Amino acid sequence: MEKNVILSLKNVSKTFPVGKSLLGRPTKFVHAVNDVSFDVYEGETFSIVGESGCGKSTTGRLINHLLIPDSGEIWFQGKEISHISQDEMRPIRKDMQMIFQDPAGSLNPRMRVSELIEEPLLIHTDMSAEERAKIVNNLLKIVGLSDKHASRYPHEFSGGQKQRIGIARALTVNPHLVIADEPISALDVSIQAQVLNLLHKLQEEYKLTYVFISHDLSVVEMISDRIAVMYLGFVVETAPKEMLYKTPLHPYTEALLSAVPIPDPTLHKERIILEGDIPSTINLPKGCPFAARCKKCRPECLEQRPERVEVEPGHFVACHLYKK
Amino acid sequence: MGRYIARRLLETIPLMLIISIFVFMFIHLIPGDPARTLAGVEATPEEIEAIREEFGLNDPLLKQYADYMIGLFKGDMGRSLKSNIPVTELIWSRFQFTIQLVCAGLVWAPFLGIFIGVMCAIKRGTWVDLGGMFLAICGLSAPGFWLGLMGIQFFSVKMGMLPSAGLESWKSLVLPSLVMGTGIMATLARYSRSSMLETLREDYVRTARAKGQKESIVMFRHAFKNSLIQVVTILGLQIGGLLSGSVITENIFSIPGMGRLLVDSISFRDYPVIQGLLMIFALQYVLINLVVDVLYGVINPKIRLD
Repeated sequence: MEKNVILSLKNVSKTFPVGKSLLGRPTKFVHAVNDVSFDVYEGETFSIVGESGCGKSTTGRLINHLLIPDSGEIWFQGKEISHISQDEMRPIRKDMQMIFQDPAGSLNPRMRVSELIEEPLLIHTDMSAEERAKIVNNLLKIVGLSDKHASRYPHEFSGGQKQRIGIARALTVNPHLVIADEPISALDVSIQAQVLNLLHKLQEEYKLTYVFISHDLSVVEMISDRIAVMYLGFVVETAPKEMLYKTPLHPYTEALLSAVPIPDPTLHKERIILEGDIPSTINLPKGCPFAARCKKCRPECLEQRPERVEVEPGHFVACHLYKK
Repeated sequence: MGRYIARRLLETIPLMLIISIFVFMFIHLIPGDPARTLAGVEATPEEIEAIREEFGLNDPLLKQYADYMIGLFKGDMGRSLKSNIPVTELIWSRFQFTIQLVCAGLVWAPFLGIFIGVMCAIKRGTWVDLGGMFLAICGLSAPGFWLGLMGIQFFSVKMGMLPSAGLESWKSLVLPSLVMGTGIMATLARYSRSSMLETLREDYVRTARAKGQKESIVMFRHAFKNSLIQVVTILGLQIGGLLSGSVITENIFSIPGMGRLLVDSISFRDYPVIQGLLMIFALQYVLINLVVDVLYGVINPKIRLD
C-alpha cells in the first residue's frame, strides 16, 4: 500500500539571534534546528524525541508556522507553507492544530470553556451559535467531560481535565494533522495514561495524523509508528518504531535507549553513560554533532558532517559508521 | 457579589474610625492656635480665651474627639472656624469643582495612556515603542506646576485661546485637564506596556495564534484583556490621588476646589475643615479600592468574589 505523505520537511534550519552589538545587530546565533528532513505519512504517529534543548519543540513550532524557518521547505498537504504570510496560513490552520505542553498556561483564563473550544469554529467556519454549541458539547463528551463543564472557567479544572479541554480545542475544526508538543509531560503519571489512551482513541476515530514531541521514550514506544531522534538540532536517526527499539544504529540512540528503565528489578541492564557535555548550539561543531561524546568517534567524525543514509528501508541514520 | 460589596462597606466603618483617630490627633499636633488667628493680631487675651471657650478648644482632647464623632454620626462635621459655614456644606460646594477637574483629567488620560502602552508593547523595540516611552518619561518627569504655567504662558498669554484662571466654560477646563491628566497618562502608558508585554509571553496567546485567530483579535481578546488587571490597580490609586491631590492644579488656575480649601484651612488652623477634608479623602480612597477589587473579579474570573 502506497502511503500518502501529509507533511514533509526538507533541510529545514532555524537560528535565533542572541547578544547585541552596539548597533543592535545580533552578534551570535543559536542554531536550534539544523538541516532537518523527514516525511510524515497520513494516519501515523510520528514522534520526535530528544533531550531538552535539542530543538524538538522548535521543530513543532516551525511546522505550525508559529516560527518561520531560515532555510529549507515545509510541505503540508502538497503545499509549501514555510514562507507564506499569516493570512495565507490561516485557512491551513484548520487542517493543522496543536496541543501544547502546559495545559494551564495555554488556556485563556478569562474565557469560558465553551468559548475556548468554539473559537476555532468562529475563525474557520460561519456556523450559527446553536451548531457551535452542539459541536462543543459533543467534543466535551468525546474527551470525557460533560456539557455542564462548558460554562466554567479553566481554573476550575484539574491539570488532566485542562489538557482534555486543550485536546478538544485542537479537534474542533476536524484537523488532519495534530502536533502534540509534550502533551502529557505536565501531567501526573496516572493521568498521562488516560490522556494517551484518549489520543489513541481519537486517532482511530478521526483518522488523525500525530506529530508527537516528547522526551519520554517509554511513552514514545507505546504510541509511535515512526520515530525521529534529535540531537543538537539535528535529526540523527529516523526509523519505524520496531526497528529503532530493536536495532538502534546511531550511537546516541543506543545510549538514549539504554537509559529507559525496565519495569523488572531482577533484570540488569547495561547502561551506556555518555561523558562530556552537549556542545554549544551557538558554535556548532564542525563535524558530527555527537562526535565529542561518541565512543566510536573516528577522525573523520570531527571533520565532516555525516550525510543521511538509508541503511534498511525506512531506516535513516546520519553517522559515518554507516557510510556506504 | 452583592454580599461581598455589603461586607466590604461594613468593613469601612471600623477602618474610618481608626483613620478618624489619627486625623484628629495629628491635627492637634500642628503648632499654632486657631483662636489667635481668628481673633486677629490686636485681640486681647480675654477675647482669645472667649473664642477658645466658644469653640470648645479648651476641653480635654478626648472630649473634643468624642463631641466630633457624635456630630459625625449625625452627619454634622462642625462649622468652619473661619467662616462659620457648616463644614459639610463648605466641602460639598468645593467638591463640585474638584470632581469637574478630576473628570476632565480622566476623560482622556487613561485611554491615551493605555493605548500608548499597548501599542508600545505590540511594536516593541521599534520607533513606536521608543517614541511612546519617551513621551511617557516626559509626562512623568514634567512637574504639574511647570506644565500648568507653560500652558498658561502659551495658550492663554501668547495665543489667547484659553482662559488662564477660574471655571466658567468648558474652555477653562482644558488646561487643568492637561495638568491633571499628564501624570496619569504617562504612568498608565508605562504600566500597561509592561503588563501587556508580560501577557504577550503567555502560552494562551500562542495557542490563540495556533488556532489561526486574527492577530488583532489575539491582541485584544487574548492579550489586552488579560493585561488589564495591573492597569486597573494603578488607575484606582491614581484616581484616589487625583481626588485629593488637585491642590497644585487648583492653585495654578485659581479654582476653588477641595485642594485649595485644604491649603487655606491648614494655614488658618481651621481644625473642623481640615478634619472633614481628610476624612473625605480617606473615604474616597477606601471606596475606590473597593471598586478596584470588584473590577478584578470582572476582569479575571479566577479571583471572582463571593
